[in-house]
Amino acid sequence: MAETYSLEMKRIVKRFGSVLASDHVDFACKPGEIHALLGENGAGKSTIMCMLSGVYRPTSGEIYIHGQKVRIRSPKEAARLGIGMVFQNFRLVQTLTAAENIVLGEKSAFWRGPNWMRRKQEEIAAIAERFGLAFPVDRPIWQLSVGEQQRVEIVKTLYRGAEFIILDEPTSVLTPGEAEQLFATLAQMKAEGKTVILTTHKLKEVMAVADRISVMRKGRMMQTIDRADTNEKALARLMVGKDIAPVARQRDRRPRGDVLLDVRHLDVYAEHGRKALDDLSFQVRAGEIVGVAGVAGNGQKELAEVLSGLLPWKKGSIVFNGKEFKTASVRAAIEAGISHVPENRMKSGLAGSLGAVDNLLAKTYRSPERSKYGFLLTGSNRRWSQQLVERFDVKTPSLDTPVGQLSGGNQQKLLLAREIDRQPLLMVAVHPTQGLDVGAAEGVHRLLNELRGASKSVLLISEDLDEIMQLSDRILVLYNGRIAAEIGREEADRETIGMYMAGLQRAKEEAV
Amino acid sequence: MSERSAAALIGEQETPAAKGRFSFRLEIDPARKESPWWMTIVSVVLALLLCAVFIAANGKNPVEVYGKMLRGAFGSEFGITETLVKAIPLLLCGLGVSIAYRISVWNIGAEGQFVAGAIAATAVTIYFPGLPFYASIPLMIVFAIAAGGIWGALTAIPKTYFQVNELITSLMLNYVALLALDYVVFDPWRDPKGFNFPGTPMFTEAQTLPVLGDTRLHFGLVIALAAVALYAFMIRYTRWGYELRLIGANPEAANHAGINLKRNILIVMIVSGALAGIAGMSEVSGVAHRLMYGISPGYGYTAIIVAWIAKLHPLGLVAASVLFGGLIVGGYSVQTLGLPSSISTMLQGAILFFLIAGNMAAKFRLRRNG
Repeated sequence: MAETYSLEMKRIVKRFGSVLASDHVDFACKPGEIHALLGENGAGKSTIMCMLSGVYRPTSGEIYIHGQKVRIRSPKEAARLGIGMVFQNFRLVQTLTAAENIVLGEKSAFWRGPNWMRRKQEEIAAIAERFGLAFPVDRPIWQLSVGEQQRVEIVKTLYRGAEFIILDEPTSVLTPGEAEQLFATLAQMKAEGKTVILTTHKLKEVMAVADRISVMRKGRMMQTIDRADTNEKALARLMVGKDIAPVARQRDRRPRGDVLLDVRHLDVYAEHGRKALDDLSFQVRAGEIVGVAGVAGNGQKELAEVLSGLLPWKKGSIVFNGKEFKTASVRAAIEAGISHVPENRMKSGLAGSLGAVDNLLAKTYRSPERSKYGFLLTGSNRRWSQQLVERFDVKTPSLDTPVGQLSGGNQQKLLLAREIDRQPLLMVAVHPTQGLDVGAAEGVHRLLNELRGASKSVLLISEDLDEIMQLSDRILVLYNGRIAAEIGREEADRETIGMYMAGLQRAKEEAV
Repeated sequence: MSERSAAALIGEQETPAAKGRFSFRLEIDPARKESPWWMTIVSVVLALLLCAVFIAANGKNPVEVYGKMLRGAFGSEFGITETLVKAIPLLLCGLGVSIAYRISVWNIGAEGQFVAGAIAATAVTIYFPGLPFYASIPLMIVFAIAAGGIWGALTAIPKTYFQVNELITSLMLNYVALLALDYVVFDPWRDPKGFNFPGTPMFTEAQTLPVLGDTRLHFGLVIALAAVALYAFMIRYTRWGYELRLIGANPEAANHAGINLKRNILIVMIVSGALAGIAGMSEVSGVAHRLMYGISPGYGYTAIIVAWIAKLHPLGLVAASVLFGGLIVGGYSVQTLGLPSSISTMLQGAILFFLIAGNMAAKFRLRRNG
């Protein structure tokens, strides 16, 4: 060993059935560094991290900590070895306070009176302050923002004395401002000699915070580089294997179409009487892609649901294609030509235990081409499905294979096949490329652009700013259920949008 | 991903602290959602073995007892037809609850719906006594469908509009129906010439379903089989069947497809109750030829097991109801050996127990440690 690594993984292989998730991965960290693990979705970053934190066990390979060979069989053992992980989906008990969550599982004290709790709270507050992680320790988790919850998770690992802190996609839930704060915290951890490993697919973050960068692709470790020796472009090439040119779109100056969707003064209440959309007004014209940016929970979900007839509204009007919607009705929205690509395809878009045919039928089974006199036209529906599966290049062993067994990319293609084949006038697409690799995401983007080319409209709701900026003709920024800004494609830059998303800047005038 | 990691977490906890070369561990198999078909057969065999212990403890030879049950249920023309007679209400009720279970509405009220149907069919004989066969039988069926359907709707309406758990309402309504039955057979409808027997007067020829030869096997079998065939066709080839399949597979996706979940729950519960109601009608008109105290020996409850064993599959329903009809008839035949006929109830319970346990076990897989 030429250099001293505090943590080393050697020739790690992990198989899930026939899928090789990690293919002889070597990975090593030095003490007191911020090490970024970079890769696309599905490159195998999370698998590696899960093996470090004891959630999975490697099929073969060795892990060394301070030169000592170890076997990490459970999260408990990982914690004993000083490995703490902050998962992308937090592992917190919603009804307990932040402090209670942090001391959960501690076996040191049998009697936990108010005094003990107060002492612990002070201890926790001290740690939090040292690392610049402010959150109210005595409030229940459900009252905290997502950013605060993440801080609770980080303090939990620090409180348990973790030496290696693993963060899985830590910035995916944060506003740009919160992300900045997180990076400052990471720097502080580094200064105290802790090793920080973070997984991400965002190049800018990597270049901003990491000391060393390991790039993974398709389950294999491509290279580990010092940040000083590389740049974003080189990293992107390593990550995807080719330069991803932004979808070059000619600056077409064709006249915009007629107003297709006209939303005026819309008030929508979500569960618990929370006002999700507040006096919202905007228009979508035929043949344009309108991007809706915003941090999750600022009304995007409700906007998509109200447009697709799933959620009623209290006040205001929705006029679509010259006709006003009187009440919320999914069927009316479908028949009017609104298509909805939901946020979570397996939760609300597809039925995992049914095959391709039944899933493709979901929106059109009432039409005369698909059923007559209440009977499904089984034979022609099969032929139609076969042709759709081929046209949209969905890879499935058969038309009857439960779609839950397909890959995420193929599921999304199937769902888009269903929605696009209907020739909708407006597609409301929510996070359409979430969880897809770059190739599959490009395919989705191409389909959305084709819709636009055919004078259809797309309302693209996404948390991925790059996606929004790349595709949209106009960008609406949602903050607190209101449109904080409307920005034309030319004026859009990440920083401005980020400021609006974080609510740091109010719309000055009626938008551009 | 999260599901898989959660499964792995649980899997780790299942692991005994086993070391060594040939240690195994149990973990949840993420790819497996359903138990294999042979699990049903394994469950039946295990149930027979378990009950054999109790039979042996009673000083009887289990092989002899099971042999006797088998011969009693299937060994003669009389046995077979009796088995089928018992299978008819099981099949109709089992089909009814299956349709509800398909969209995850847990109707355990088939017993009450059965009794409601039986009472309503009998009402025709009480209030329209002189009708000819071709008028009274259809009218009895219509009344039974209406009563069973209303009983089902009484569960569905609170569920859809007030989120009242259907398990509770459907179960409670069983007692309402059973007490209503007691009331009518003990008081207003009691046969005045019946020597205080709690039952209505015997039905006339025009009010009874035709039977096969001189057996007790009645026309209800045709109705039941037709209903199953209709169900199989409906689920596979009709628009409504498609809606039910989609709701069953993913209610939220069905909602996104513009399917009205509340209305479907309501319709399904009415159909479910109506089928059990027909079973009640066919029992009074085909077998008992009168309404009487204890008209159902728990067909509505046994039907739940039938539906479960059949995994809601049409052919499975036919096979399971014949099996359970045979168990009931076989139970009677071992009484001559000095065993109570409740041996068949014990077997029923044991089969369900092993089936549910098997469904749980099938979610796991065994892996070599290492």
